Amino acid sequence: MPSIKINGETREFSGDPDMPLLWFIRDDLNLTGTKFGCGAGVCGACTVHVDGTAVRSCQTTVADAAGKSITTIEGLSPDGNHPVQKAWRKVSVPQCGFCQAGQIMQAASLLSKNNAPSDAQIVEEMSGNICRCGCYQRIHEAIRLAAGGV
Amino acid sequence: MLQYFEDETFDVRKPRSGPVIENVSRRSVLGGILSGTGLVLSVSLSPASAREALKLYPTGADDMPNKWVTDPKVFVAIDPDGAVTIVAHRAEMGTGIKTSLPAVVADEMEADWSRVRLTQATGDEPRYGNQDTDGSRSMRHFIQAMRTCGASMRHMLETAAAIKWDVESPLCRARNHRVYLLDKDNKETGKSFGFGELAALAMTLPVPAQQTLLYKSPDEFTLIGKGNFQIADLHDITTGKAQYGADVRLPGMKYAVMVRPAVLGGKLKSYDASETLKVPGVEAVYEIEGVFTVPRVFSILGGVAIVANSTYAAIRGREALVTEWENGPNASYNSPEYDKEMTATAAKPGKVLRDQGDVDAAFAKAKQVFSADYHAQHMVQAPMEPLVCVAHVTNDKAEVWAPAQSPWGARKDIAAALKIPLENVTVNVTLLGGGFGRKSNWDYMVEAAHISQKHGGTPILLQWTREDDIQHAFYHTVSVERIDAAIDEQGKVTAWRHRSVAPSIISTFKADDGHSFPIEDGMGLVNTPFDIPNVRCENGKAMAHTRIGWYRSVSTQPHTFAVQSAVCELADKLGRDPKDFLLELVGAPRKLDPKALGFPKDFWNYGDPYEAFPIDTARLINVINIAAEKAGWGKKLPDGEGLGIAAHCAWSSYVATVVHAKIDKDGKIRVPEVTTAVDCGLYVNPERIRSQLEGAAVMGMSNALYSGITFKDGAVEQSNFTDYNVVRMSNYPEKVTVHIIDAPHGTHSGGIGEPAVAPMIAGLANAIFAASKKRLRSIPMGDTIA
Repeated sequence: MPSIKINGETREFSGDPDMPLLWFIRDDLNLTGTKFGCGAGVCGACTVHVDGTAVRSCQTTVADAAGKSITTIEGLSPDGNHPVQKAWRKVSVPQCGFCQAGQIMQAASLLSKNNAPSDAQIVEEMSGNICRCGCYQRIHEAIRLAAGGV
Repeated sequence: MLQYFEDETFDVRKPRSGPVIENVSRRSVLGGILSGTGLVLSVSLSPASAREALKLYPTGADDMPNKWVTDPKVFVAIDPDGAVTIVAHRAEMGTGIKTSLPAVVADEMEADWSRVRLTQATGDEPRYGNQDTDGSRSMRHFIQAMRTCGASMRHMLETAAAIKWDVESPLCRARNHRVYLLDKDNKETGKSFGFGELAALAMTLPVPAQQTLLYKSPDEFTLIGKGNFQIADLHDITTGKAQYGADVRLPGMKYAVMVRPAVLGGKLKSYDASETLKVPGVEAVYEIEGVFTVPRVFSILGGVAIVANSTYAAIRGREALVTEWENGPNASYNSPEYDKEMTATAAKPGKVLRDQGDVDAAFAKAKQVFSADYHAQHMVQAPMEPLVCVAHVTNDKAEVWAPAQSPWGARKDIAAALKIPLENVTVNVTLLGGGFGRKSNWDYMVEAAHISQKHGGTPILLQWTREDDIQHAFYHTVSVERIDAAIDEQGKVTAWRHRSVAPSIISTFKADDGHSFPIEDGMGLVNTPFDIPNVRCENGKAMAHTRIGWYRSVSTQPHTFAVQSAVCELADKLGRDPKDFLLELVGAPRKLDPKALGFPKDFWNYGDPYEAFPIDTARLINVINIAAEKAGWGKKLPDGEGLGIAAHCAWSSYVATVVHAKIDKDGKIRVPEVTTAVDCGLYVNPERIRSQLEGAAVMGMSNALYSGITFKDGAVEQSNFTDYNVVRMSNYPEKVTVHIIDAPHGTHSGGIGEPAVAPMIAGLANAIFAASKKRLRSIPMGDTIA
């Protein structure tokens, strides 16, 4: 029975090990901040951190995640004040907001590895995350702001 | 520099009475929702003079089902501790309307924004007025209603204070969540009641007649127009707490997906669920009967539902399901052939919609003739949140939770589909993870209700996958627009003929005759505001073979793409500057006279009465000039770069967009900058207007370069964001600047959600031409110049 640490809490999983982590998080654990957008790893709405790195939870099986430490948007910061979250609010990034948990997780992963990303690095890191409302300009701005300290 | 040419206002709003007041100014409120302390620097003022009567102007809301409601007892609740709750009756899908309309109420009633909480209405139009959140009309139709609601509430609070103090109510004046007692010189005496202390009495008072109300004058606004508040759900969105459709959790809830016919009208011949039922977690499989009567409206396609204990198990079960279909006549629908047919139709005379002057004579006399066809493929809305609905149907009751643009329509159809009374159906509206028109069509909600009922009244979360979303939509139409222009010896355009060929949205609502209807024609076909003596607009026949629906900006996309591309092409042909030539075609500042210009008798003016919302070329000219000036029109750019402009009047707003395109060495089309000017009349939240227009540039670029839906043998060929491409950060409009016109006091509010998409498409096509001399007339154009 695989056990997975999610937001610091160890969770047991007894179902199909091929189940994408996304559905374990959403349907079994009821952590609904992580979103289903495409199911094909091409939109980024389901982005979570596995051992600190952004991955698409719709393309990561529960078996893949066994023994690893997962962080979802709910666990990014205890008070919701991760620098990326603060920057997002300061710039008023979201429109509909649906993709934003994935965007924030992707951006937080980037900044955890590179605290002064270039514009090109931001673009490269964020190009897997789609926003149909078209918040890209503000996402870019918020990442720069978060990198500089909010 | 925000110029405005028209100092006349459309209705008369004079202060009702009162002496000139002392210098009263309000500090702008900074810091957003948590610090909403609208302090007034002077507390000595005349109660009447700063407030004014408002003669309500007619809007399209009068013609919408269930119209509009202003009753503060419906929209406002005040707790004894002073906490104010305001109902948001329109759906939030990213425009900010859930926050903006209640902000109008709060401002008018003098509520402290930091003490206001919002609550989302269920689908109940007799109570709240129309709830179809589409057509860029929430602010257009409801700003007056919400101002009236707030002003009424304020009057009731002031009257309650007057009763308590036993004074005349003009001596009681609301300010920042309290009502103050004034002396005979209109100075505050120091006595006051908080709103909470007055609420119980105020709510027992009759709602004042609208004609007796005094509204705040613009210099008194603390929220309207200030851009000083953020959307209510911002914090929750950034922490994952915001609740969208699929985030609803009910005890015992199961998960479902469906298989639907690939071809519209396809019927299930047989299915084999034996492998499906072996998938761990799958509980049941149900055939869902489709509705095949025409018109289809939003009726369900039918198919097979798989119910399981997780979305994953339901999807696995679907993969194992074997189905056989009778496709029916729409299986003959193939996009390349259909485009050829439409092109041939556009080459022949069509049904005449507008006929002004003598177009044939002008073409006969023309020195030169310009002709071009502009093509557009189908598109799909593809909001980031795929369709989803949670339904709980027990006996003769149904409750659903869904991201719904039209909760009342959904409620009526769910009641009809389940054959239960309307009052037994509750439709809860979650946040919408984007809508763009798709969530105005409630087929997914009716499906979920059926599945819950079939599964013994178990709560069901019906999840559409992205493939479902892309393959079973109500598609943006496919089109060929042909423009012909006659040019005389002086290089003047003497005749303009625009033939539009596209299957119509009306085919969804009534028997298809292959022709458009006034709502489509009014979106930039028959109302092209050019000062050309001879104009004819025609519509060629095109039968629909799929469900045609609303997609943000609707028919302005093909129409404005064609018209504004043609203007730029003509300018090039005549050796003119595209912006100057556009202004020349628009002509003098004037309000168009639909009759003199031969507009159709049933001309549709975005639903608004023409007298109150005339097409005013002064406003169009203004936005063109401002966008051009702000973009540095005429500046020297390096080789491979260029500016393109496009403008139109749509949804009673005026938009001009200048796009800066750059062609990389490898031929890739880039957009370093977009400059947009918008005149939407009286506006509420400029910060959200900017975000909408930034987003419109992104969606316009998606539509122009990337997003196309094609059919093969009646089925959609695309399936996910792998082959239905949209703009990503790897190639996006890098800097979008938005200039909002401060229209004169009294200018009516126009729409914002939709008007800026089409100018982006045409502006980009024109910019690509300026940068590369390549004229691209088919969207999606692709992102590379060969």
